[in-house]
Amino acid sequence: MGKRVALTGNEAIALGMRQINPDVVAAYPITPQTDIVQYFASFVSDGQVKTELVTVESEHSAMSATIGAAAAGARAMTATSSQGLALMWEVVYIAASFRLPIVMPVVNRALSGPINIHCDHSDSMGARDSGWIQLYSENAQEAYDNLLQAVKIAEDKRVMLPVMVCQDGFITSHGMENLEILQDEEVRTFIGEYTPDYSLLDTKRPVMYGPLDLQNYYFEHKKQQAEAMKDALPVILEVAEEYRKLSGREYQLFEAYRMDDAEYAVVIMGSAAGTTRVVVDELRAAGEKVGLLKLRVFRPFPYKALQQVLGKVKAVAVMDRADSFSGFGGPLFSEIRAGLYDLETRPRISGYIYGLGGRDLGIDEIKRVFAETKMIARGGDAADLVTHLGVRE
Amino acid sequence: MTNPEQKIGQKKELGWKELPRGGVVLDTGSARDYETGDWRSFRPLWSKEKCIQCLRCWVFCPDAAIIVEDGKMVGIDYKHCKGCGICRAECPAKENAFEMVSEADIEED
Ligand code: SF4
Ligand code: SF4
Repeated sequence: MGKRVALTGNEAIALGMRQINPDVVAAYPITPQTDIVQYFASFVSDGQVKTELVTVESEHSAMSATIGAAAAGARAMTATSSQGLALMWEVVYIAASFRLPIVMPVVNRALSGPINIHCDHSDSMGARDSGWIQLYSENAQEAYDNLLQAVKIAEDKRVMLPVMVCQDGFITSHGMENLEILQDEEVRTFIGEYTPDYSLLDTKRPVMYGPLDLQNYYFEHKKQQAEAMKDALPVILEVAEEYRKLSGREYQLFEAYRMDDAEYAVVIMGSAAGTTRVVVDELRAAGEKVGLLKLRVFRPFPYKALQQVLGKVKAVAVMDRADSFSGFGGPLFSEIRAGLYDLETRPRISGYIYGLGGRDLGIDEIKRVFAETKMIARGGDAADLVTHLGVRE
Repeated sequence: MTNPEQKIGQKKELGWKELPRGGVVLDTGSARDYETGDWRSFRPLWSKEKCIQCLRCWVFCPDAAIIVEDGKMVGIDYKHCKGCGICRAECPAKENAFEMVSEADIEED
């Protein structure tokens, strides 16, 4: 039976981590992730978890220690944001290529510079090709639910990949919210015991992690990684179904909101989906056939499932909370476009970059996006293929 | 599913479906199967007569390529000697017991 509590996004994550009771957590504080580690540290000192908490001197060490623990066969976690994730960079890739099922909450924050502590997705988007599964959360409830599911997804033998559980810095991480949590016992049963295939501490079956892997084998190992990422899609759905039975809350690869007969739609990730849903309801009440697609799973990129839903609309606006600086829009924009390319009839797709450095996304701006997208759906042309929404001239 | 043994030096190179996950090496002591002698462009030739049996070369050789039997240096394992020349640099014998010869100048027997 679930229990209703009022928590911030960070508290919800820390509480979920307490229920997971990982063997090892190695972390370094960074705004706005800090209080996840702070709350978790109090669970450790109060004896509420059996976790070995390693307080390291940097995020590079946090990820390195987490990798070492996971390679030793531990259920290991860390958490970070922004510059912290950037400092981890080198080892983030190694976690994925060693196929270690590490779960890492990421509290999304803009990357410097100039220095900014507020939300955008540039940090985790920068790590989009690192081989990690990425789940994005709209609110604290989803951050909590995604965290618990992430453990099961990561540790599934068909997957064995690390998972980032992303939530929006401050907006979600520090906003107090009413959510439903599971009983400790339910979480324990849901995630089960972790039995690693290999362990550096198993002297009876010694293994070596990280050997030199040259021209004749590296490529095969990368192929394994690529296939595991594809195999993760059905596993994510299986885990979601099991979680639905337990919690009553339904998760998919994305949420298709009022998309059934939609003529045009917005694609978005994270907390701004909430505001967009309000606008969709308002426009629907006024007779507009609008819909919202909120992407939950960005890695693996579920392009086939997206084709089925987005292939039916006439125009799509893809909203990115990060710029790729490619001169061709944000990462979500270009991947959605590529993902729909093979459709015989495909929607016209424009891109909007919004909310960088924590800039608010208001109802009026979303209405403007829908209005422009409607115009494109009716055969008009966008002033720009990609717009930096709400930026001053 | 059984985990296939990964032998780096073996003839057949395993495909991605057969390899252990994540580049993990399952068999112990497999560095021996990796013949670093392939890398060598200079070969150390050892002279038993000049050698004073101090075993400095055995201590310093980074590839464990100095063969020692009954506490005596007896020769070089060319399957693993990569030709770095450290043995020659470290040899304290009055007349250095090693001579580095270009592999190009060595006639294959
Ligand atoms: S270092 Fe020179 S003298 Fe000493 S054992 Fe080796 S070959 Fe002989
Ligand atoms: S050349 Fe280098 S690798 Fe070869 S025996 Fe001498 S020290 Fe060892």
